Amino acid sequence: MNRVLRTLLLAITIAWAGGALAIDTQRAFDDPALQARYENITRELRCLVCQNETIADSNATLAGDLRREVREMIAAGKTDDEIRDFMIARYGDFVLYRPRMTRMNFLLWAAPVLLLAMGAFGLVRVVRRRAAEAKLESEGPEGGQS
Amino acid sequence: MWKFIIPFALFLVLGAFLYVGLQRDPSYVPSPLIGKQAPEFSLPSLQDAAYPVASSDLKGKAWVLNVWGTWCGGCRQEHGVLMEIAKQNAVPLIGLDWKDDSAAAQQWLRDLGNPYAAVASDAVGRVAIDWGVYGAPETFLIGPDGTVLYKHIAPMTLEVWAKEFLPRIAAAKAGKGAQT
Repeated sequence: MNRVLRTLLLAITIAWAGGALAIDTQRAFDDPALQARYENITRELRCLVCQNETIADSNATLAGDLRREVREMIAAGKTDDEIRDFMIARYGDFVLYRPRMTRMNFLLWAAPVLLLAMGAFGLVRVVRRRAAEAKLESEGPEGGQS
Repeated sequence: MWKFIIPFALFLVLGAFLYVGLQRDPSYVPSPLIGKQAPEFSLPSLQDAAYPVASSDLKGKAWVLNVWGTWCGGCRQEHGVLMEIAKQNAVPLIGLDWKDDSAAAQQWLRDLGNPYAAVASDAVGRVAIDWGVYGAPETFLIGPDGTVLYKHIAPMTLEVWAKEFLPRIAAAKAGKGAQT
């Protein structure tokens, strides 16, 4: 029991310690609302050096520079959309972790609906044909048998 | 019959997409700047901080911006190629020394030679962000009208220079404008 408890405590400690590994540890703003906006937006922007990290998570120099840009833009009163547009104008849509719908990727966004429609169409056709076949069988020359 | 042809055709289309996907380099991010007006900058010169290097001074001619730093291995690799390119005298080669130690950068140019007509020193990295730079070395071609014509991400080679840059420079000089 003691051992189980110790293992459990260790696991909890390790899980908690994750916070100590955070890259961007210094608070950017004293105002909690601005800080929340800052954290939100840096978590939505991709670091292009290490492509599977956000700029909040990356310790690349460029990510640090981009965090500084975000901080200064928020301090200058820019809206989140203005900050996103600033990044897109320089690095393209790829910087966004939550991609926008554009002419280029419209098909991708529409794909689930299109595939569902195609599936439904196929299903209806198959069901109708089977129903017709079943009807033929029951009404056929040997009709009446079941 | 269609029962087999349709799934097979879909399989071929999917296969083609996946095959093309395999050939592409996921670390290559196309620049949204191509065809747009190049971002303006005015930065202190690496050699003499009192002397500014400004993009406005280059209006009216085609030029090349090469982003480098002494911390960048690929930049050392391409330096010999840049020296060759500078000898051709096709366009002015402007360096952007990105987030670098100025003394180390000056030493680098003394040791390896200086292919640049001018080097702008971007110590804070703000101009690099304006240009959408994410990994040195990066090389931009800017047309006489100030639009970005081409961007090469990776060490420059003489093949890339001959294939992608020289024809665009020739076209820009002939006044045909962007050729992308």
